[in-house]
Amino acid sequence: MSETLMVSITIFTLATFIGIEVISKVPPLLHTPLMSGSNAISGITVVGSILSAGEGHAGLSVILGMIAVIFATVNVVGGFLVTDRMLGMFKKEKSGKTDNNAA
Amino acid sequence: MNILTSFAYLVAAVLFILGLKLLSSPRTARKGNITGAMGMLLAIVVTMLDRNILDYTFIIAGLVAGGSIGAFLAYKVEMTAMPQMVGLLNGFGGAASTLVAYAEYLKMTAREGGMAAGTTGDVWVTVSLSVLIGTITFTGSMVAFLKLQGLMKSAPVLYKMQKQINAVMFLATVALAVMFVLDPTDPLPLIAIIALSAVLGVTTVIPIGGADMPVVISLLNSYSGLAAAMTGFVINNSVLIVSGTLVGTSGLILTNIMCRAMNRSIFNVLFAGVGADYEGAVTESVERTVVRYTPDDAAFILENAQSIIIVPGYGLAVAQAQHVLQEIATLLSADGRTVRYAIHPVAGRMPGHMNVLLAEANVPYDLLMEMDQINDDFQSTDVALVVGANDVVNPAARSKKESPLYGMPILNVDQAQTVMVLKRSLNPGFAGEDNDLFYDKKTMMVFGDAKGTLTNLLQILKK
Repeated sequence: MSETLMVSITIFTLATFIGIEVISKVPPLLHTPLMSGSNAISGITVVGSILSAGEGHAGLSVILGMIAVIFATVNVVGGFLVTDRMLGMFKKEKSGKTDNNAA
Repeated sequence: MNILTSFAYLVAAVLFILGLKLLSSPRTARKGNITGAMGMLLAIVVTMLDRNILDYTFIIAGLVAGGSIGAFLAYKVEMTAMPQMVGLLNGFGGAASTLVAYAEYLKMTAREGGMAAGTTGDVWVTVSLSVLIGTITFTGSMVAFLKLQGLMKSAPVLYKMQKQINAVMFLATVALAVMFVLDPTDPLPLIAIIALSAVLGVTTVIPIGGADMPVVISLLNSYSGLAAAMTGFVINNSVLIVSGTLVGTSGLILTNIMCRAMNRSIFNVLFAGVGADYEGAVTESVERTVVRYTPDDAAFILENAQSIIIVPGYGLAVAQAQHVLQEIATLLSADGRTVRYAIHPVAGRMPGHMNVLLAEANVPYDLLMEMDQINDDFQSTDVALVVGANDVVNPAARSKKESPLYGMPILNVDQAQTVMVLKRSLNPGFAGEDNDLFYDKKTMMVFGDAKGTLTNLLQILKK
């Protein structure tokens, strides 16, 4: 096994723990925005696709790269925007009551 | 990759984590989403500055096309159609991962003059995994999308030897991956892996019924993250690995929550084809009578109640009656009554869906209570108003061992003083189990279309 792969596996493992820690704190109230928002984050593949699409010579890998850029960008832009739209709808009761974090 | 780029990627990964952290409260959630978006912007800008990029034409074209499609979808989509939207986006993420991995494969083999000298076997393992997961995510999500959008029958599609055929296809994929790793110069096995995974994505999702879609969508969400992480392995990019893994765990956690809320194992959801034998599951109907009430009766009871808990189900959203319901709730609470909403985890078509639908109808989020928060309050509540929900309030889940619902956590509406059920008919819910609650003495059944009944009720209450 190469050293680079080992580094990748290390990052992967540690990120799993961070993920569990962070995600389990998200209340069910926000699970739909969590899904669409995390979806946008998984559009990070756009980084890889940009590198493929920008190689310069018009080979097959460039074409595949460009299609990948399109897919990933839909994912990123669509995901973040729709999440923002949804979160904008979540409002607290705006009566005279003060916010005392009564839970 | 130079140090500055790596550092920027690290910052992007940290921003993603912080963004998700801010999602832990509705007050900071919007900021969290923007934080994530900033991380993404940073990652994209830094990547564009990469020295290996010689031509920006295709990149810009792709970004503009993808960005406009994404923005269009985001502003157009109805909140009821959110599950389809997320399904579609999952699929696109998966497709992008497959494409990048394949493009990278082409690059690597071209660079090394056909023979993959100096490249160890691991790279090819990660390439195989990346296209496998990416493609399954893509076609699986497309099927989920078609089912949710109603373009394809949502009932499970079952045929003989389905599981066995899927297993054989999966083993064939593994065999192809081994062939590919042994001789990566031949692209045929890799192409065959893509083709087989495409079929597998379809054949593993079609046997899953419409009501199990929340689980499937969550699982595909997880896959799309894993696919991105695998692509990170292929191109040795830590930001891809970190973000992909975060999404992967998020999807898994949600899948687990959905399964628990239905008291089903993930294995049962994926392979049992629940919902296909719908007719057979209906219990022999004993002649029982229910007492019908009119909206006038309902209004009278509501006006005399002090505390009311509303239990919305997906039927409410189908009837588009959220807004009328909230008007009623506002009217009732204006007179000093406590009115809250009890949200079952599987109310809706994806995790948290009902909350979004009610937030859209201007229900303040502090009135939306989770099952565990509110379940003990039913016994001290005057009226439980059930609108368009069925299985999640079926007491059979507690007592009837042979019922398919048995063991599923339910909302304790039957503990309220009076239960008011607005429903179209007595038809059993998805699980096919007759609901004893409807025949209970303290239950008032008001039949009719949710929107019609609620509009009627609102007018009476206004007088």
